[in-house]
Amino acid sequence: MKTQPELISSLYDYTDTDPNLKDPETAHLVINGNTVIGMHAVTGLNIKVKELDDGVELLVTLDDGTIVKKPVHLCFGMLPETGIQRIIMNVNIGTNAQISLLAHCVFPNAVDVQHLMDATIHIADGARYSYFEKHVHSSKGGLKVYPKAVVHVGKNAHFKTEFELIKGRVGLIDIEYETSCDDGGVVDMMARISGRADDIIKIKEIGHLNGERSKGALTSKIAVRDNARAEVYNKLTASGAYARGHVDCKEILQDNGVATAIPIVEVHHPKAHITHEAAIGSVDNKQLETLMSRGLSEDDAVEMIINGLLAR
Amino acid sequence: MGILTVKDLTLKFNGKSILNRLNVDFWDGHVHAVIGPNGAGKSTLASTLVGLSGYRDFEGDIEFEGKSIRDLGVDERAKRGITLGWQEPARFEGLPILDFLRASAKNKSREHIEALLNKVGLDPVNYLYRAVDKTLSGGERKKVELASIVAMEPKVALLDEPDSGIDIESIYRIFDAVKVLKSLGTTVILITHSLAVLDQAEHAFLMCHGQVVDKGEVKKIRRYFEDKCIPCDHKNIPVQQIIGGQA
Repeated sequence: MKTQPELISSLYDYTDTDPNLKDPETAHLVINGNTVIGMHAVTGLNIKVKELDDGVELLVTLDDGTIVKKPVHLCFGMLPETGIQRIIMNVNIGTNAQISLLAHCVFPNAVDVQHLMDATIHIADGARYSYFEKHVHSSKGGLKVYPKAVVHVGKNAHFKTEFELIKGRVGLIDIEYETSCDDGGVVDMMARISGRADDIIKIKEIGHLNGERSKGALTSKIAVRDNARAEVYNKLTASGAYARGHVDCKEILQDNGVATAIPIVEVHHPKAHITHEAAIGSVDNKQLETLMSRGLSEDDAVEMIINGLLAR
Repeated sequence: MGILTVKDLTLKFNGKSILNRLNVDFWDGHVHAVIGPNGAGKSTLASTLVGLSGYRDFEGDIEFEGKSIRDLGVDERAKRGITLGWQEPARFEGLPILDFLRASAKNKSREHIEALLNKVGLDPVNYLYRAVDKTLSGGERKKVELASIVAMEPKVALLDEPDSGIDIESIYRIFDAVKVLKSLGTTVILITHSLAVLDQAEHAFLMCHGQVVDKGEVKKIRRYFEDKCIPCDHKNIPVQQIIGGQA
């Protein structure tokens, strides 16, 4: 039987990260299955956790004006091969507060695991909230991941989220995020995912630029190899004057992979402006031959190009 | 003795000869220039020598160190020591310059990579972790590409229009890099229509209509190119018409 520190260490070992959780200025929360195995908050940041049968319910509140200087480390994981982990997350970021979260979702042994995240996030006026979620999966593909989030971005507030799933097999991932922005609000959502074998990647990201001078960017970078499939649906609507947005989807396809991109832009105000671009295809031949002319094999060159595309 | 010998090379696109029974012999360790007007077939020759896709179906032969390489792909030719610097280098989203240079470098140490960047006039502090993407200017990408070629220490480096996109102050960095390549023993083949680039060579070939029409000392070729080629009204006329005597 592992002790809690040993369990925490086991989870982080898979992430190539040393979060330095002993630092008193670094807040953290580590959940294995439905059990809190580590938690530390800092002044102004309140974390309440309720353990459920199949997961946890979190209430995260950041007081008005609080600026958390060091990134907060979250780790949601399951070491067993089977099971369900459900995370219900309610986040309230106070006026002019700032916080950055680094979340690791670690399922290194998953054979038949479901990870469900259901988040409601409210970012008050002038606040900044950044959430980087990195997944580490087993190589067996037996994982189903359903991250859902509804986000409200207040006046002149910033919401930035980045989702990374490059290590291990995807299994099935079905992302569904919807955001709305008030005047001057900014939303920036990025997903970087690499699928292999028979992995299935589904992304549905919707941004509503309701406020005047609000801004939004939805970016997806996907690689599908073998028989993997990806479907990316990005929709950005603008109803505020001078709202600006861009939807960008790049998908690299190898072998028998299948990729779909559905970028939708919808403008409801004559002074708003949204652009989009989508590119799906194999590796660019000029890139490939440049690397091959330096002595790389075709396989190594493809790997390098894909790694570059999916890099932060 | 030539390190790279081209024998009766003919390459056609859509039935038109772009290279037409071309013969050329590049001497080991020398800096050569292949000069000619636009449309002469210079870049096609470079692409064929390095073995790019679309340039493999030709008549004649290409020998490297005395052996035919006509059936070898671009990576196999590179492993033997032949590489190409593109006129417009590729962009690589998210690929840091450090990784790009290490991919080809014989010496992969960080110190060596930094020294290479300094050689081409790029401060490693500002460039080592930048991506080889659209945020770099054309000139910067050209310098990064040249650094990657120097890193590779190839036996033959074909540089297609090495001054393209380079500002006047930086051009000397490019010429310095050519000297570095020569000092490494690399045979450098400068593909150009620029007299400034031609002047960096020790020996020159003049191309017109897919053929080498003259060769020899740079001074001689330069004079001919200035006097005859620059004012020539055959420029950009399809090769077939010229060869067929219809011009």
